[in-house]
Amino acid sequence: MVSPIPPSSASATARSNAPLFTIPDVVIRLAGNSQDGIQAVGGFLARLAGRSAQEVMTYMTIPSTISGGPSIFQVRIGSGEILSAGDRADVLVAFYQHSYESHRSSLRPGGVLLYDSDHVTPNPDDKEITAVGIPMTSATVEAVGGSSKEKGKNIYVLGLLARMFDLDVPKLSQLIKERFGGKNEDIVRNALLAFDAGYAYPAENLAHILFRLETPTPTVGGRPQITTDGNTALTYGLIAAGVRHGAGYPITPWSSIMETLRTELPKYGGIFVQCEDEIAAASTALGFSYGGNLSITGSSGPGLSLKMEALGWATMAELPLIVVNVQRGGPSTGMPTNIEQSDLLQAIYGSHGDCPRVVLAPKNVEDCFYIAIEACRIAREFSTPVIILTDQALATRIEAFDEPDLPKLMIEQKPDLSPRDASYKPYPLDQVQRHAPPGSVIGSGKYPTVTGLEHDEYGHPTASPAMHTKMTIKRREKIKSVAATFPAPELFGDQSGDVLLIGWGCTYGPIREALGRLRGAGATVGHIQIRHIHPLDGGLEEIFARYRHILVVEINDEGLYGYGQLATLLRSRYCNPAISSITKTDGLTYKVSEIVERVAIKLGLADTTVGMRKQSLLASALTAQK
Amino acid sequence: MSAPTLSPAVSSAPEAPRAPLTKKVLVADHPTWCPGCGDFAVLASFYKVLEKLNYPQEKIVTFAGIGCSSRFPYFVNTHGGHYIHGRSLPFAAGISLGRDDLHVFVFGGDGDGFSIGGNHLVHTARKNPRMTYVIMDNSVYGLTKKQTSPTSPIGFKSKTDPWGAFDQPINPMRTLINSGATFIARSHATQVNHMVEMMHRAALHDGFSVVEILSECVEFFEGAFDSSIPRKGGSFQTIDLKKNDGSAEDAARHDPTDELAALRLALDPWPGKFGIYYENKSRPTKNALEQKLITNTREKTKNASDLELLSKTFARMR
Repeated sequence: MVSPIPPSSASATARSNAPLFTIPDVVIRLAGNSQDGIQAVGGFLARLAGRSAQEVMTYMTIPSTISGGPSIFQVRIGSGEILSAGDRADVLVAFYQHSYESHRSSLRPGGVLLYDSDHVTPNPDDKEITAVGIPMTSATVEAVGGSSKEKGKNIYVLGLLARMFDLDVPKLSQLIKERFGGKNEDIVRNALLAFDAGYAYPAENLAHILFRLETPTPTVGGRPQITTDGNTALTYGLIAAGVRHGAGYPITPWSSIMETLRTELPKYGGIFVQCEDEIAAASTALGFSYGGNLSITGSSGPGLSLKMEALGWATMAELPLIVVNVQRGGPSTGMPTNIEQSDLLQAIYGSHGDCPRVVLAPKNVEDCFYIAIEACRIAREFSTPVIILTDQALATRIEAFDEPDLPKLMIEQKPDLSPRDASYKPYPLDQVQRHAPPGSVIGSGKYPTVTGLEHDEYGHPTASPAMHTKMTIKRREKIKSVAATFPAPELFGDQSGDVLLIGWGCTYGPIREALGRLRGAGATVGHIQIRHIHPLDGGLEEIFARYRHILVVEINDEGLYGYGQLATLLRSRYCNPAISSITKTDGLTYKVSEIVERVAIKLGLADTTVGMRKQSLLASALTAQK
Repeated sequence: MSAPTLSPAVSSAPEAPRAPLTKKVLVADHPTWCPGCGDFAVLASFYKVLEKLNYPQEKIVTFAGIGCSSRFPYFVNTHGGHYIHGRSLPFAAGISLGRDDLHVFVFGGDGDGFSIGGNHLVHTARKNPRMTYVIMDNSVYGLTKKQTSPTSPIGFKSKTDPWGAFDQPINPMRTLINSGATFIARSHATQVNHMVEMMHRAALHDGFSVVEILSECVEFFEGAFDSSIPRKGGSFQTIDLKKNDGSAEDAARHDPTDELAALRLALDPWPGKFGIYYENKSRPTKNALEQKLITNTREKTKNASDLELLSKTFARMR
């Protein structure tokens, strides 16, 4: 951990409100109700970080009610590599008494509590933290002009945070103008008034909690950073990959993808259909694909179950299709606004019959964009359905990353209506055949029937035992051959040793951070985040052989036999008894400390983990001045 | 650019002179239906309809769901397919909306259309995509060997109702009129000329057109439609359409644009009348509405290229 840089005594005496310490990163948790606009404040902070070439990651919870209910937004900004939204907060902003009471425990010892003194009375005996009361509600009402509405206190808090962390005010003002610019002038003016009022909060009251975030060294010739959430990144990845058609049905947390596609695709000459149900959505999307337009459907857990018969047909008929599944807590309606990684086996095996298909899982927000492009490549090249397994955490959290190189990445897609020669067969046994959409003249004069019935190479139904065996092998080998197109899996940390941590999906960041801490404590640890679930990345067997333990970290249940879903798959694939599971089902993303502790227990390293407690520089800074 | 090719289905013509489409070209696998099945006549009529329409062969799509009648696409030599039970309408909507240059025909039975796919029938009608749907209604589940179907009459003895069915059957015409389909006709598999006329009119309709054809299952519901077969003592009553000639007899004729009159016809006692019940030429198709949305949206973006559009979007995320 980097030590804080103490201010020189000369400058400290010269300017009483100068920052006390420069810190590399900070975790801010905003706690209020869902209508308070705390997501907006978090969003502003995240985008500011993105525009300042800083790293950022956010985490939010929203109640699954229509309006109201407690809600939080956590944002972590820093100049180093930010891999998780932070286990505990350095700063907690509490709008209400319930916010304070529910989230006090999320604040680290030595952290700062900023509370709305109009609504919150903190425990006066709590000496572990620095509590600063500010009349956020009344100050906002006063600043904006006494409409007595509290709207704008989120922006007031943004002003406060800007002062506290010496944030770039012109950039923030610009962001506020951009955000509210489309609305009427009053809204922009009021927002700026609230912001200025927060920023102008008497500095002497904040004097002991003023900080400056380290400025990252600008990368020369680097691409500009963009700031967005996983669902948005995935949606635009599909558009970059040439997807212009799709169909869906609303379900949380998938809906935002379909909403964006519905409004964006017409700009690109495309169509997105809102269907009467999940089955119709899968069917309409397959109809688009049959017409030669690679298309997308998507859903969340229960909706994916409804689409399964259609997906079985797509495997049998060998048509390309992209299926996005934004996982949430299950089974059934479960926990619609929480994270869970419990659809992995459904994604791979959910349909009836022997039904091989491709399943991919993005590891972070940026990867949502790139995996969408990869999914489209595979679907086209192998004429197969591809499921993208993302999740609620990736869908809603915001990260900053390099703007993609669009001119290089964008793909133009048109139905391939070129005439097929006389030897054309829709289902040849010995090769991958791309579908011939209607409109293509077939040289033999025999037009193909795509079908869900077992068929011969020409698409004629057959009940021949030999043909069913051959076709089953063909469909299986086709999906197996997809693995040859995958790059080698990325191995982080030690190349061999005590333990290999395996994750998939949103656990990437916390596992990477845990890796650092475990290695810091003397363990030799590696990490692979598996992005290609089915078929699996190549070369894993050889890598697995180099570690004493292979621990698969997942957000799902260990099941009847004691292993999480990916662990079950890996054990069945590699028959390696060193593979075991770390699972949980609390509907929340992993904290780094949870992984570290669970790994330490598995390895019998409990003693060495003492002292691995996160040493926030902010916390040490506060301790140092006391 | 990925803007779909657009030309109304009814006006597209082959680019180069080509031989007229004949039954010889259109015949594919030999039908697997039982001897005497009504579906043979529907197939023969469909060949005639395609001959009349003379579309380029590769632009015709024949799709179906699951059931005896849904084997149809294997017997027609056009692009086509055999989808899952009851879901062929949303599938076909995807074909039609994504490829406005194609002529999409969907075939299915009463189980496919009114039971497992009932919800899709209503919503496809509501959306009005340009395509033709032919329901071959035999009032029984034949492929699975005689279970009660949604159109089996009360009292029909099946393996699932050995004592005689007692659930109220669906009235197909009434269901279709209520669904908002823009072309609704009814025909009979024993009346080839009538079938050809109805399917031909349906194919030329700009929107979602549906023809229900009573097609007897000789194996599991023999004699189901005798009351509308003259040679078996029944009567085949057709609907006289208004000619708007001001004559006295014209007043009694049916106006297919009159929804209430269509509903009254649908409520006639069994076996009812055959012909065009309803036709709405003014409601735009979903194909046209989506295209209008595309045109308007593209105008707003000043017809920017895909790369320009996406670059702008990412610039806003900076």
